[in-house]
Amino acid sequence: MRVGIVGYGAYIPRRRIRLGEIAAVWGADAATYERGLELHEKSVPASDEDTVTMSVTASRRALARAKIDPSSIGAVYVGSESHPYAVKPSGTIVAEALGATPAVHCADLEFACKAGSEGMFLAAALVKSGEVQHALAVGADTSQGAPGDALEYSAAAGAAAFIFGSSNLVATLEAQVSFMTDTPDFWRREYMRYPRHAGRFTGEPAYFKHTLGATRMLLEKTGLQPKDFAFAVFHQPNGKFPMRAGKLAGFRREQLEAGWLSPWLGNTYSGASPIGLTAILDQARPGDRILMVSYGSGAGSDGFVWTVTERIDEVRAAAPATRDQLDNGKLYVSYGTYAKLRGKIRMGE
Amino acid sequence: MSTLNPARVAREFPSRYRLEAARCDACGAVSFPPRLVCPSCRGRKFKVVPLQPEGKVLTWTVIHVGPSSHKHEVPYALAVVELADGVRITCQIADVDPAQVAAGMPVRLEFRRIQEDGEAGVIAYGHKAVPA
Repeated sequence: MRVGIVGYGAYIPRRRIRLGEIAAVWGADAATYERGLELHEKSVPASDEDTVTMSVTASRRALARAKIDPSSIGAVYVGSESHPYAVKPSGTIVAEALGATPAVHCADLEFACKAGSEGMFLAAALVKSGEVQHALAVGADTSQGAPGDALEYSAAAGAAAFIFGSSNLVATLEAQVSFMTDTPDFWRREYMRYPRHAGRFTGEPAYFKHTLGATRMLLEKTGLQPKDFAFAVFHQPNGKFPMRAGKLAGFRREQLEAGWLSPWLGNTYSGASPIGLTAILDQARPGDRILMVSYGSGAGSDGFVWTVTERIDEVRAAAPATRDQLDNGKLYVSYGTYAKLRGKIRMGE
Repeated sequence: MSTLNPARVAREFPSRYRLEAARCDACGAVSFPPRLVCPSCRGRKFKVVPLQPEGKVLTWTVIHVGPSSHKHEVPYALAVVELADGVRITCQIADVDPAQVAAGMPVRLEFRRIQEDGEAGVIAYGHKAVPA
């Protein structure tokens, strides 16, 4: 049975902070960061936005493109490392808001930055097995870096949602793989406010080993080569890593640019490569092949090969385009406002 | 101190989460939130209808001194929004400089956090208007 994406949607908050604004507070050289990480600004969630609100809006946009009855959704998976509750699922709120309850299987997933693609992997497999008619997978995060840490320059907010099914596909799933090892490159212990990372160990032995490993597995499984793809998108912890991974894997810059959002979006963690995929679908043509590889610290990568169908042209305009959300209606905030919005200011009783 | 009762919050999910309104079987008037008796014809039978999330600002005010649950958001705009199907709701307008709000401004409703019961209590979600 053919399975794939029936509808997709993205949500990017309107607020932004420029890298120079952060660097000025911590006495860092903004130009070094902009050049070294290829980052210019990042999205900032408002005080009334969180993983749940962004997931609901992205999912409603996916529903608008899928044009299905929400009660036919048999599974809802929300992947995030910033669920609003420590105990109580985000997925129940999302499913209730969409009108998918009560006949629905639901779980919150967590795997650093790849929790979103984990849900996609499961959703596709459940539809393929015939267990459910439609399944929703969301990747969303409002990530935090410790003040002054390198992560603070990239940790951003955004969400992407995909509804999987076996008919009316906009993109057919050709193959999916997972490449995983135990690699302690980034973590957050219980009750800790900010994550810790292992500096340069997050690069070659972590990000590159797993993204390139998953890409190799996908190419071997499908018998395809980089030239057979119109687009490729990799996890985007900054602007530099996904371009480098893509080039090491044999892709050209033109194949990577459509889904490369991080220089102006930052790292949306569980939303990163999924939001990149939505930007690609916004401009892909029927027959285009897309390679997508996520990465989550800890560590692992999920890889997917999609082929775009004719239906893409019918559904594209049914919801806001991802690039439009990234480029338009931006509200720039100062570091002071950012610190307030992100709860970094200690308040009185 | 607890300010949000989870049972009450949950009772309002259909209208707060899904914008479910009630259309009177007898006269067709739409009530939001749903009522037991139609304010137009006193009918008692209704069908559930979802509100259209698009509309325009009818009138508004800017809150400079907010309740403790919203003091971190001041100044913010609170508006009466007329939705495409004629229903009027009162809600905040998010993602906008309050000085830029104007009557007739097109808006759409988006799912947002409305308030939370301190750091340990429940989070109440619902809809706010954002510039369309």
